[in-house]
Parts: sequence; structure tokens; C-alpha cells
Amino acid sequence: MDILFSLFDGILIALQPMNLGLAVLGVVIGLFVGAMPGLGSVNGVAILLPFTFVIQGISGDATSPMIFLAAVYYGAMYGGAISSVALGIPGASTAVATTFDGRPLALQGKAHIALMAAALASFAGATVSNMMFTGFAPMLASVALDFGNPEIFALMLLAFATFAGLGGDDFPKTVFSICFGLALSAVGFDIISGEPRLIFFDIQGFSHGIRFLVLAIGIYGISEMLWTMNASRGKSSMSKVEVSFASMTNALVRFREAWRGTLIGSVIGFFVGILPAAGATPASLMAYGVTKMTSRDGDAYGKGAIDGVAAPEAANNSASTGAMLPMMTLGIPGSPTTAVLLAGMVIWGLEPGPLLFSAQPDFVWPLIGSFYISNFIAVLVNIAFIPLFLWMLRMPFSILVPLVFVLSLVGTYAAYMNMFDVWLMVLVGLGGFFMRMLDYPVAPAVLAIVLGPIAEPTLRQTLLQYETFTIFFTRPIAGPITVTAIILILLPGLRLLWRHWRAARVGTAGS
Amino acid sequence: MRRAEIITAFILGLFSVYLMWKSGEPPAWNPDAARFDNIGYDDNGAPGSGFWPFWLGVIMLGSCIWTGINWALRRTPASVSTAPFLDSYGWKMLLTVGGGLIGFLLVIEFLGFYAAMLTFLVYYIRFIGRHGWAVTLSIATAVPVVCFFFFDIAMRIVLPKGYSEPLFIPLYDIFL
Amino acid sequence: MKALRKLMTSALVLGCATVVVASPAIAWQPNKPIDFIIMAGKGGGADKMARLMQGIVEKESLAGRPLVPVNKSGGSGAEALMAAKGANDPDHTIMVTLNSFYTTPLRQPGLEVDVLTFAPVARMAEDTFLLWVHADTGITTFEQWLDVAREQGSKWVMGGTGSNSEDNIITDFLNTNYSLSMKYIPYKGGGAVAKDVAGKQINSSVNNPSEAIGFWQSGDMVPLVAFTNERLPMFPEVPTLREKGGEFSYFMQRSVVGAPGMSEEARAYYTELFTKVYNSEDWQAYKSKKSLMGDLMSGDQLSDYWRNQRDNHEQILRSSGAIR
Repeated sequence: MDILFSLFDGILIALQPMNLGLAVLGVVIGLFVGAMPGLGSVNGVAILLPFTFVIQGISGDATSPMIFLAAVYYGAMYGGAISSVALGIPGASTAVATTFDGRPLALQGKAHIALMAAALASFAGATVSNMMFTGFAPMLASVALDFGNPEIFALMLLAFATFAGLGGDDFPKTVFSICFGLALSAVGFDIISGEPRLIFFDIQGFSHGIRFLVLAIGIYGISEMLWTMNASRGKSSMSKVEVSFASMTNALVRFREAWRGTLIGSVIGFFVGILPAAGATPASLMAYGVTKMTSRDGDAYGKGAIDGVAAPEAANNSASTGAMLPMMTLGIPGSPTTAVLLAGMVIWGLEPGPLLFSAQPDFVWPLIGSFYISNFIAVLVNIAFIPLFLWMLRMPFSILVPLVFVLSLVGTYAAYMNMFDVWLMVLVGLGGFFMRMLDYPVAPAVLAIVLGPIAEPTLRQTLLQYETFTIFFTRPIAGPITVTAIILILLPGLRLLWRHWRAARVGTAGS
Repeated sequence: MRRAEIITAFILGLFSVYLMWKSGEPPAWNPDAARFDNIGYDDNGAPGSGFWPFWLGVIMLGSCIWTGINWALRRTPASVSTAPFLDSYGWKMLLTVGGGLIGFLLVIEFLGFYAAMLTFLVYYIRFIGRHGWAVTLSIATAVPVVCFFFFDIAMRIVLPKGYSEPLFIPLYDIFL
Repeated sequence: MKALRKLMTSALVLGCATVVVASPAIAWQPNKPIDFIIMAGKGGGADKMARLMQGIVEKESLAGRPLVPVNKSGGSGAEALMAAKGANDPDHTIMVTLNSFYTTPLRQPGLEVDVLTFAPVARMAEDTFLLWVHADTGITTFEQWLDVAREQGSKWVMGGTGSNSEDNIITDFLNTNYSLSMKYIPYKGGGAVAKDVAGKQINSSVNNPSEAIGFWQSGDMVPLVAFTNERLPMFPEVPTLREKGGEFSYFMQRSVVGAPGMSEEARAYYTELFTKVYNSEDWQAYKSKKSLMGDLMSGDQLSDYWRNQRDNHEQILRSSGAIR
């Protein structure tokens, strides 16, 4: 009951005119920053951090600046889906799974349905997450502490397992693609041995590793574009969307079909999000994988399933709120964005950590209240802007394509401030075109480069500490996760065996 | 298509071998260490720095060989396809667009992002898209201007300017 | 090529400057955004501190042009060192460094980086190290800890940030001088290490106070000994290792350096800028709250400090076999 009163007070504070105005402003800025390929919530939050000192100077407390940054954070999380759907390029790693079905929907002329589903699913995900946060923050913080290296590795294994069916029909090419992504994720610097490794051709540019967006923008921004142009003979393959009241209400109604993905995404998102080492990207990928796996119509995914947009979007928003939990209750950021928020809190004179909730309730509850308010504003603003983004899709193909290329190059530079990465991105894009032509599946490689940098160190840290593989089975949390993952990985094979065996039995019985 | 399939598998196989070779490289501060010393378990009883990439390289090589076998046995669509990998339209598209992108990058190195954007947009919209000059020039100038205000001024992400940098100093004086 | 480019750029800058600004020669001022390279990833201690500095500069409008923070954490700082070394415009490139400033060039000789070529702008602080365990272990003194760790042998696990890093150096020192055989697990960042001590995933750590402070206040983590010369004001009851007879103290520098080739005028400008930051209320408050030590240092004094530190680290790394 206490919690509800505190929350209610908090919401009232967040609703004060100045705070509300800041929330709206933050959401709009965040939405546009997030919609830009290469820029994500972290850029928005980092760039506006100095500005919050000005706000603090006016408001005199830490609540208003934090509300502003939280709004930017939310806006950017919503915005990530926009470039995934409209341009087919994931704006940030968190939105990569959104392209899997968002892009096909846009190509079928259903961009409005995809964007609406993304907005509503994001809202649902963040709301579920907010409620969990409100009710169980201190309890969940201790769950995060129980996740050591073996548990995180087991979780990464599970993320892979949920994607066992994601590859193409060509088995060796799928295996190649996964291993390729995992191997590239090892390029750069090995934290365990403290040595640089895999500096290809001794080019120093590789020493900072092959970053996620270099691969993702290269593949989705360049390769896919070239492939589409080749396949469509340079004519637009995009069906135009009528921007009208009717089409928007239709999109609203179609969201009904996505309740399952939204639910799965919200729950998985929150629990993966609160783990400091995991974060929103693995959460959205896992949500997509699980939704697809548990669907009766798994084949529809990747071809424009609305659930396939809703699940990752619900998950990444849910996880983003979840990631605030270890940041606030443990003082450990779960993502680069929360790291910047944490830096901000320290400058505003707060001390995030186990005592934050009891020592500074005046700050915590308005902030949580502002999560609810920002989320609500974000969904409204997002829906209001959907027609604008749809209008972008109506541009002639021969103008849209060069703009996508320009955004890809600028976005890659903006993300890493490094020309080497821009060159590498274009080369990956051109090379990826050839692989795309020959049916090498790309999604497993992109997935692998996200999970690889988490999976490899945790595996080695675990083996270094416990010196045995059995630890993955004997620890109370890691054990069940590992076993589930292994079953899921073996499942397609087992199913095949089962069918084989049954066919053989039916065969003998018949004769 | 059939020829492209085996050539690609061969190139990717070569890359896998290179990856394995590179994984076993001794660290820079100790060049006397034996190559491939680090791909197994090290003295601490845990996998060394080359373990992960090396064995992935092995699997990658294996899957390339598998693709090669599929090719020889004509088991995959690509290995029986007699259609050309890219027809004349495809090659032309790849050369004009891919070449344009490389050109974009080269111009960035010399004249910076903003001049390169302008050049690339004019090249693409006018000469590939065959739009009129009015459309071309309005888009080609609007994009760099919007980008400048968005990135350099608002987001404070300073894009490289190459030799064109002095032209921007007065703009900084005004806007920053 | 690069020389030509630099020449052309500076000629053009000169040309433009005379036309556009046409003001009498005053002390050097930045005329474009300043690259502020951070030698660590987002969210680490160094990053937080760098963003605090940037925040103070913005808040008090100390600089005429904005500082643009760029995180370059690759290769344990190698990426940042190379970026600064190859900066197109050294007068507008500064960098926040930590001890990898010395260790990375030693461990990666291929970089051909000499730390003494960097411009000594300002040393803003020295971070301190303490030995931490979980409160539930019941250990309250360094002697008890030694007994338990010795008894457990290689079952006693110490976590730390990175390999051959500050944390590793301290662990090695404890292992050799107190006949321990603790196992050292490298992590990506200090926050993750503190979390794993608090979650009892590992047994102890040598976190900076700023990383462990939250868990200390909540009573999860206990400091046993400080690797400083005097007791820390924040932990008056925690003895130093020197009091316990150990001839060892270790600090992490938090310095701002200028790119090699920075002009003396620009160096003077940045030193003045960061002196103002250092003297600001916010910085002083942060220093005392995070239990940071070390006074402001700049110019030749800072260069001498770097020379000493580098030689010192070369010796440490050589004796532990991390370099030859």
C-alpha cells in the first residue's frame, strides 16, 4: 500500500507543468534521435546531459533533469523501430529484431500496421516493466546479484537456442553465418589475456573490434538495398501506403493479432533487462525467437508477421526500463545509456546504490512516476508522427536509396566517430551483397555479433574460476537454463529422428 | 550462379584458414612464443585467447567444405542454377552504385562529409535516378545543411571535414 | 600526405582567420569543437569522471568551444593512444587517461607510442584502491583475510578489471609477498567486479572506492586495507597496507593529456581550463565523496611524474612476466 501512495505522489510531481513539458520535449527529441540510423538512446542521453545542469539550475532538484533524460531515453527506444521498419536499417542494436518482420511488412505496403504495432507493443512492454519495477525493485535487485558468469553464459546459450530455427534452408551456410558472426565478435582486444588479437592484416583499425552497427548497417543498409535494386530492376518494390484516418484505425485494430508477441516480449524483456550483463538487445532477440518458436505458424515469421514486430519492440522497451533497476539499486549500469544516466545522477548529487530507495525516496518515486508519464506521452507522440514517417516511404525509390546510403555512412560515423568503421561498413555491405545473392542467411551473423562479446568472456571467466564444464549444470540457476537451451538446440534434430522412427514403424506395421 | 557458388565457398574457406592462422598468433610483446600455443587450455586451466576464434574457424572451414560437397553433388538450388550470377543490369547497377559509394568515401577523405554528401547526391539523383536539376540540387543542398545543424551543432557530433574545414570555422563562430 | 594536408589546412586556417576574425593576436583560443578522447568505455570510472569534467566545463561555460567526448576503449586504450598520436589537429585534441597510459605502450610495443611526447595538461586526481570482501565472510581484518586466503589457496578468487591492469598488479603483489596463490579473474569493468563480490560470485576485489561505495554503505562489502600512504578520510578505521608492514602503495592517475605535437600556447590554455575545473566546487565535492587523492599537477612536474610512473610500471610488469 505504501508503494502505491508513494507512486501516486510521484506521478503527481511528474505531472507538474514544468516536468510534463520537459517530458514532452524529451520524448520528441528522443524519437528523432532514435529514428536516425546509427544514433540510439545513448547519443540522445549523452548529448543532453550537460543541458540538464541548466534544468537543475532552474528547478533546483534532481527530479526534473532525470525526468527529462528518462523521456529522451523512452523516445529513442520508440524511435529505433521507425528506421527498422521504414528504411529496413536497424537504428540501433536494440531494434535489429524489429527489421526481421517490420521490413517485409513495409514492403507489402503495411508499414502503418508495423509502425502502429511497434508503438503499442513498446507501450505495453514499458508499462508491464514499470509495474514490475514499482512492485519488486529491491527484490529483483538481489536476483541480478545471483547471476554470475555461469548464469549469463547459460542465458546466452538459451538466446542462441531460441534462434535455432532462424537460419535459412541451407544448413552449412547457416552454420557458417553463425560462426562468422561469433568469430568477428572476437576481433580486437581480449580482456582475459589483456592482448590484442585477430588484427587482420595488421591494420590498426581492427584493434577496437568489429562493431555491431558496422555489420548491421552494412548488411541492412547497403547489401539489402543493392539486392532489392537488383531484384526489382531499380523500380520501387515498396507498395504505397495511403495515409488516412481509416488506414490508421485499421492499423490500430490489427494490433489485436499481436497480443501474444507483446506479452512474451514484455515479460522476457524485463527479466533479461535487469541483468547487468545482458540488456535490451539480447532481450529483443530472445523475445522474437521465443514468440516464433511457440507459434503454431512459425513459417510466417520473417515474412511479415505482426507478432514478429510486437515481440522485439515490447521486449526492448521493457528491458530498457528493466535496465534502470540494476543502475538505481546496485549502481551498475546495464547498458551504455544507463551508464550515462548514472554519471548524470552522480553529478546531480545522488548516490545510486542499494540505499537509494530508502535514502532518497523524494527522488526515486517522482522518477518512477515519470516513467509512467513519459511512456504514455511517448506512445501518443509516436502515433502522431507515424504519418510523417509513412510519407517518407512515398519518396521515389531513386531518391530514397541515396538518402539511405547517406544516412548509413553518417550514422556509422556518428556511432563510432571513426572513418575506418565507415570504410569497413561499406566493404561489408558490398561483400554481403554477394553472400545475400547466394542465400547465406544474414540474421544469424548479426545475432552472433551481439551475443558473442557476452558469451565468450563469461565462458572463459567461468572455466577460469571453476575449471569444469559441469558447473553449467550444477548451479541452481544456470543448470535449468543450460538444460533448456540444449534441449531447444537439439529439438529440430530430435523431431526429425522421431518422424523417421515413426515412419519406419508405420512402414513395418503396414507390411 | 553455379560458378559463383563454388568461388564464394572457396574464398570463405580461405578466410576461415586465415582466421585460424591469425588466432594462433603469439602476442606482440612476446614474439618468441610458439604459434598456436594459445588455442587450447592455458596454464590457468582455462581456454586461451585463440581458443574461441580458432575452433570457430575450424567449424567455418568445415561448413565451406560441406557447401562444396553439396555443390559437387548438385544438391542446392544455387549449385544447379544455370542463370548468370548477375545479368548485365545487375553488374551495371553494382558498378555504378557500389562505385558511387567508394567514390563517396574517397571524397569524404579529402573534402569531408558535407562536400561528399552533396557530390554523391548529385551523382545519384541526377545521373542514376535521372531526375531534373531542380529536384537534384534542392535535395543535394538541403541534406548537408540539415545534417550540419543536426550533427555538428545540435548533437555535437563533429563530422570530418578534410580540406574544407576552414570554411566551417566561421560557422562555428556563429553557432557554437 | 599527412604533412601536406596539415600544411594546407593550417595555411587555409591562417588565411581564413585573418579575413574573418581579424582580431589582434591574443592568447590561443580554440576555434572549433575540441575532441575529448576518453581512454575507456562508456560507464567506467574514467568515463564518469570525464563526463563530469565536461559537465563542469559546460555548466560554468569555461571554454569557448564545446568539448566533444569520444569513447575509445579498444585495445585497453591502444585505440585512444593511436587516435591522439595521429590527430589531424593536435591543438584541438585532448584525452583523459588512466594507468593504461603507461602499461599499454609497454605491452604493445608495436604502437610506437612514447608517453612523454603527450602534452602534460593536468593531473586531476589519483584514485585509490582498497581490498574488499563480502560482509558475510565474517572477515574484518587484513590478518584474518590472509589466513583464510592462504588456507583456500587457488580456491580464493580475486576479481579485477582487465589483465595486467592496476587490479592485477595489486593481486600479483599480494600473491608474491604474502605467499598466497589466489586466482585472478579479469572482468570488463570495476562495476561488474563489485557486483560479483556483493553477489558472492567471487571472494574479494581491489575496487576503487567509487565502484564499491554503494555496497559498502548497504553493508554488503567490507574494506580491509587501503593501498595508500595515509588512511583515507572516508574510511578512517581502515588501516593502510604500510601500517601492516607492507612496502606498497598504488594509485591510479586521472590525467588530462594533450595530443603529441600540441603547441605550447594550446597546452597553456588547456592547463588553465582544467585548473578552473579542478578548483570548481563540483570537482572538489566529487573528489572528497569518491575518496580521491592527489593534487593538481601540470607542465614539467607532470612529465616527470609520468616518467617515474612509466619506469615503475615497466619494472612491475617485467617482474610479473607480462613483458620481457
